Amino acid sequence: MMASSYSAKEEDGHHSGSAGLGGAAIRTRKPDNTAFKQQRLPAWQPILTAGTVLPAFFIIGLIFIPIGIGLYVTSNNIKEFEIDYTGTDMSSPCFNCSQSFSWNSTTPCRCVLFFSLDQPFESNVFMYYGLSNFYQNHRRYVKSRDDSQLNGDERSLKEPSKECEPYRTNENKPIAPCGAIANSMFNDTLDLFYIDPNGTKTQIPLMKKGIAWWTDKHVKFRNPGGSNPNLTAVFIETAKPVNWRKPVYELDTDPENNGFINEDFIVWMRTAALPTFRKLYRIIQKKNNMAPTLPRGNYSLEVTYNYPVRSFEGRKRMILSAISWMGGKNPFLGIAYITVGSICFFLGVVLLFIHHKYGNRNNSSDIPN
Amino acid sequence: FFLFIYVVFLYFISSEERHLRANDREFNLSFKYANNAIKTSKYNVFTFLPLNLFEQFQRLANAYFVFLLILQLIPQISSLSWFTTVVPLLLVLSMTLAKDLSDDITRHKNDKQVNNRKVELLINGELKSEKWMNVQVGDIVKLENNEFVTADLLLLSSSEPLNLIYIETAELDGTLIKYTISILYISGEVRCEPPNNRLDKFTGTLTVGGETFSLDNERILLRGCTLRNSDWCFGLVVFGGPDTKLMQNSGKSIFKRTSIDHLMNFLVMFIFGFLAFMCTILSIGNGIWEYQEGNSFISFLPRADGANASLSAFLTFWSYVIILNTVVPISLYVSVEILRLGNSYFIDWDRKMYHVKSDTPAQARTTTLNEELGQIKYIFSDKTGTLTQNIMTFNRCSINGKSYGKSSKKKVDFSWNSLADPKFCFHDHKLVEVVKSGSPEVQAFFRLLALCHTVMPEEKTEGELFYQAQSPDEGALVTAARNFGFVFRSRTPETISLVEMGVPTTYELLAVLDFNNVRKRMSVIVRNPEGKLTLYCKGADTIIFERLHPLSSKLMEVTTEHLNEYAGEGLRTLALAYKDLDEDKFEEWKKRHHEASTSLEDREAKLDAIYEEIEKDLLLLGASAVEDKLQDGVPQTIEQLAKADIKIWVLTGDKQETAENIGYSCNMLREEMKEIFIVASNTAEEVREELVKKMSPESGDEPPIEKSRFLGKKSQVVEDEKVDGEYGLVINGHSLAFALQKDMQLELLRTACMCQTVICCRVTPLQKAQVVELVKKHKKAVTLAIGDGANDVSMIKTAHIGVGISGQEGMQAVLSSDFSFAQFRYLQRLLLVHGRWSYLRMCKFLRYFFYKNFTFTFVHFWYGFFCGFSAQTVYDEWFITLYNLVYTALPVIGLSLFDQDVNDRWSFQYPQLYAPGQLNQYFSKMAFARILLHSCYSSLILFFVPWAAMCDTVRDDGKDIADYQSFALLAQTCLLIAVSVQLGLDTYYWTAVNQFFLWGSLSVYFAVTFTMYSNGMYLIFTSSFPFIGTARNSLNQPNMWLTIFLTTILCILPVVAKRFLFIQLKPAINDKVRHKVRQAKAVPLPPPRKFPQRRISTRRSGYAFSHARGYGDLVTSGRFLRIPVKTRPALFPHTDTPVADSTPQTYRTIFEEAQSP
Repeated sequence: MMASSYSAKEEDGHHSGSAGLGGAAIRTRKPDNTAFKQQRLPAWQPILTAGTVLPAFFIIGLIFIPIGIGLYVTSNNIKEFEIDYTGTDMSSPCFNCSQSFSWNSTTPCRCVLFFSLDQPFESNVFMYYGLSNFYQNHRRYVKSRDDSQLNGDERSLKEPSKECEPYRTNENKPIAPCGAIANSMFNDTLDLFYIDPNGTKTQIPLMKKGIAWWTDKHVKFRNPGGSNPNLTAVFIETAKPVNWRKPVYELDTDPENNGFINEDFIVWMRTAALPTFRKLYRIIQKKNNMAPTLPRGNYSLEVTYNYPVRSFEGRKRMILSAISWMGGKNPFLGIAYITVGSICFFLGVVLLFIHHKYGNRNNSSDIPN
Repeated sequence: FFLFIYVVFLYFISSEERHLRANDREFNLSFKYANNAIKTSKYNVFTFLPLNLFEQFQRLANAYFVFLLILQLIPQISSLSWFTTVVPLLLVLSMTLAKDLSDDITRHKNDKQVNNRKVELLINGELKSEKWMNVQVGDIVKLENNEFVTADLLLLSSSEPLNLIYIETAELDGTLIKYTISILYISGEVRCEPPNNRLDKFTGTLTVGGETFSLDNERILLRGCTLRNSDWCFGLVVFGGPDTKLMQNSGKSIFKRTSIDHLMNFLVMFIFGFLAFMCTILSIGNGIWEYQEGNSFISFLPRADGANASLSAFLTFWSYVIILNTVVPISLYVSVEILRLGNSYFIDWDRKMYHVKSDTPAQARTTTLNEELGQIKYIFSDKTGTLTQNIMTFNRCSINGKSYGKSSKKKVDFSWNSLADPKFCFHDHKLVEVVKSGSPEVQAFFRLLALCHTVMPEEKTEGELFYQAQSPDEGALVTAARNFGFVFRSRTPETISLVEMGVPTTYELLAVLDFNNVRKRMSVIVRNPEGKLTLYCKGADTIIFERLHPLSSKLMEVTTEHLNEYAGEGLRTLALAYKDLDEDKFEEWKKRHHEASTSLEDREAKLDAIYEEIEKDLLLLGASAVEDKLQDGVPQTIEQLAKADIKIWVLTGDKQETAENIGYSCNMLREEMKEIFIVASNTAEEVREELVKKMSPESGDEPPIEKSRFLGKKSQVVEDEKVDGEYGLVINGHSLAFALQKDMQLELLRTACMCQTVICCRVTPLQKAQVVELVKKHKKAVTLAIGDGANDVSMIKTAHIGVGISGQEGMQAVLSSDFSFAQFRYLQRLLLVHGRWSYLRMCKFLRYFFYKNFTFTFVHFWYGFFCGFSAQTVYDEWFITLYNLVYTALPVIGLSLFDQDVNDRWSFQYPQLYAPGQLNQYFSKMAFARILLHSCYSSLILFFVPWAAMCDTVRDDGKDIADYQSFALLAQTCLLIAVSVQLGLDTYYWTAVNQFFLWGSLSVYFAVTFTMYSNGMYLIFTSSFPFIGTARNSLNQPNMWLTIFLTTILCILPVVAKRFLFIQLKPAINDKVRHKVRQAKAVPLPPPRKFPQRRISTRRSGYAFSHARGYGDLVTSGRFLRIPVKTRPALFPHTDTPVADSTPQTYRTIFEEAQSP
């Protein structure tokens, strides 16, 4: 496209230098002598030599293996307890609940699972619910929400985004919160009881605040109506999500944890990246320094079974986990680091061997002219 | 009815013929001829936007993105927000828009400047200054010295004697002489041809007062020329503005594309196929998923009404087309153009390709071909003006058996001669002393040189002589005579005035016995002031020696020895002789000469016979030797290029002997060559026999041909064959004509390619192009043609890359070239440094660019298996938008602008570094396949490592981190760091700019990410930035950083290991050189090797007469009779030199030979 075609300037071009007969100072067309224009910019020119590559391999190996061991040990030391309460088995206490399910049933189905912890949980314990085969990352699912509405925008409250379809309006009233994500919010209730060796059941206090990201709780999610404490009045013109049993303003009695800023709701709304995921449900805080948070012994998990997963072969789990500096239990990183470190080291040895056997010969050989 | 006839008549006239009256505006305006305003700009204020956008959307890439945009606007399909496409598209469109705008503004400015130039018009007998654009057809224009020619003019009169004027044709040709009609003021009518683009032709008639003259091209001054050495002239505007031949010729030229372009087109097609393949797999997956899982998941994720698995699969296909479109990134084309432009600027800026003498920097006229400069396999070079300077210096002479000019250090002082040319150098004092002492032979020698020629003198001020010689060696001889005291001062058709040793003398010129190829000599017959008649003759030695008087036989022997010596030094020699004539005999001869020259049939032969009659019994005076100076550094350049395995073919219009001679002097032909084949046969059979038999007689079978069929295009590729020993091939134009015929061209190619050196002499411009085309077509090799003259234009346009030498010979070669510079020796820098770098950079750029985009895209593919094939993206939409445009754009451009494996000096030290380009080693389909695999590996790492690391993991405070947004952030950060480190691995040459771009881009990534994920952005644009807080909440986790570190190491580990292994086991040439550079850091580079002095060849060079019209006989043989050849009057040599004869070399000949029509 830059091929030459006539340009009027060329009529001049030829003479600009030679026909300087006018006597004006003759400007040469000599290019500037700058490092940039002459492509002589000072530069660092690293090359892959045995002196740099081989030590690098060994050093990486030497760094990775200890890190990996550290990670692996840390991960292994994290105590974790997991129990599946889906109730697909006939033997499961929740079998009945899982079979007889309807979104609109008014009587909650309850089931109780017993389990025992072999080892005490010393520090704070985090209680999760886990779902599998639940495609919270499906594109149609992920986009089915209205962030403006959740951020307390009055207009979006009355006129939710089209993305929320088909959970946008119900009976000509806008749904709040709208969309498929909100509509499918996890609504099982999990209660944990410690069973003394003498048989008394003590409910373990579960903290339901502080489970969501600070930014979500304070910036991303806000109730409409500003500081109006009367949420019922704020949400008066809206309908509850189809699958919900109670409207959004009745999620909790605590005004700091009600409406859109209910932390259970916020946690659910932070969609998972993968179809198998766990979400923080409650925190069991360490009471005093003497006793472990969850001592060794028997426990019962009382489930109010509201959430159907049988249709899509999903599973529901309850997880109790401690936490370390690297988060929850996941041996992958440790193993990966150890493996990569070993491979590096091994490669280093192989390359060193090859370098000794062939390298010198090739590098010293001259270049044919 | 009559009116109707009249209208038809008018129409007929305006379409078929131009009719105009001088100085009659009213009459001329009635025809609505274009006035002299020109318009090269494309747009105006109103048409710019719509027209430019329309043009841009015709480009496939842009249209493709509009298609994507439309897809994105369909809610069921849209998997990405519209801005991911709109932002890059707008950026690309606006960049192109800005570039086109600035180009067009420049054109407007130039137009305005040109249109507003002032010129003097002669209106009603008065001179009036007028702007160019207001000049109308039929106006009479007065031009002054050094002014541009305003429009196509019919010359009326000039200030110069003989009514000649001199013009320089900037764009078209060399310096020319034109004739005027010498009528100062006319009111005539002109009828002529309609506007056309034929530069060499003009037909028309001029009617003045009932008398009709015919007009031809010699009387037309074309726009684009400049008046030189003439005080003024008057001209009648015939064509104005857009109708001028110059503007008619400025059509669109052929758009050249590089082999990388072709490969890229192929790859883009492949990528489209690959994209469709991936999308198909994913949409099938989606169908299966919807059928198996989606049906049961409906309670949580209801479908739209009427949607089922197959519809969903269909929609998903398009959704994935949107997501995966980044494999065909729009920014690729933009970036490629940017870096080609950048590399072109580096060529323009190179001081080492700047010629001080002519103040000419190198120029990349086409900015889209740079990388092909690194792949040249064949160079086709013109000789005159390209290899040689086209400057002749009078070096030696032999007078009366004594040889002069053996070089001594001191220059001869010519200050005793007030008319001497100060630029002339001679190194032998003896000759001056002999001249001064009045030796009759020496004086006769120089008198001959001063009389026997066709040079035009020019004396503007007293004592300041200029010679307008049509060929430089004739000028050299006349200048030599001038300095030795025989000053040629002026001529009229009947006389020649000399100043002989300070004494003005006038000779009567009685006849000029012109030169032609057969005669190989030229004579003049003059009468000196004393009334003595003398014939002076100069010509090729063999010819002259045959016609010598027996008295000279002894002198002849001595002179022959001298001639051999001169020839050994590569000089062009001429023998000089004279003869005194009787008055009676001459009168009688003259009568017969007149008869012969007026005879209508067989005039040439008759004239030759007449000439032959009088040019006999000559007395030898001696011989002159003129050096055809090679350009500086030509043998060295050729040697360097040969080392880089580039084959150089010389295609010249010169004679075989001259061409061979130059071949020796620039080291292309060498004594130690096993054999040098000379093919000079006159029939097809002989040529075939010579071609087949000469080379490898044992394998006289068919040349090995690899036939391939690709997309219905049949192509034959002649493979290279190995031969032991070096051979050279010299073939002349006659034989070439046969050898280029369809059935023999492969034989020719095979033989020629086995030879180290190929010289084709006496070839026509068309044949030059045919030879280039032959190699281009059947060798699948990249070709470069270099030349300086108009006769090289065809091959410059044909070859993949055309290089013009911007020399003294006008600009036509430069104007049709892709690159231009002043000296042949810059070619090695253009190829070995700039070309090699450009190729390296372009390939690195493409490899890296494809790598980063494939890696980016394939992660989506893997994610598809975990999100129900729902076309959910892995990354944040903003990251997708900015990845190519911001985060990775500058580092890769930095890489492809500044990278160099070794610097220029080392590139010269090891020309072998050039070989990978010729073999397409850095970027090919194979390389592309490797990139694909590499990206596949990287994307697997980049998806599955974060996947495994995030699976069921939480933050160190127990909160969520395996959520989609954190995962997206992790994946994109891993990706960006991994590709940045890969870029670092690819970079050989880390300048501050590279560092700045790389670190800057990474910082910008984090800065932009934190900004977009900030509270403020979310509160202002809630729906556009839903990732609020993600960066803060997850990038403070050690887990994240450990994952990023791990993926990066895993991505580059195999690359480093593989590269190291290759360096150890099978190092490439540039690995070796880079290693050497490293070693040599302490020890400075050895000084550039001294090239051996030019070998003194013992071969007898051809006693070349001058630049002969090399292919004249070919043209007359009718085989290539494309251009009508004109006859010209025999006696006066300056009558015809077309402005832009497309049989160019004309202006190079000393002696215009008469030609048969």
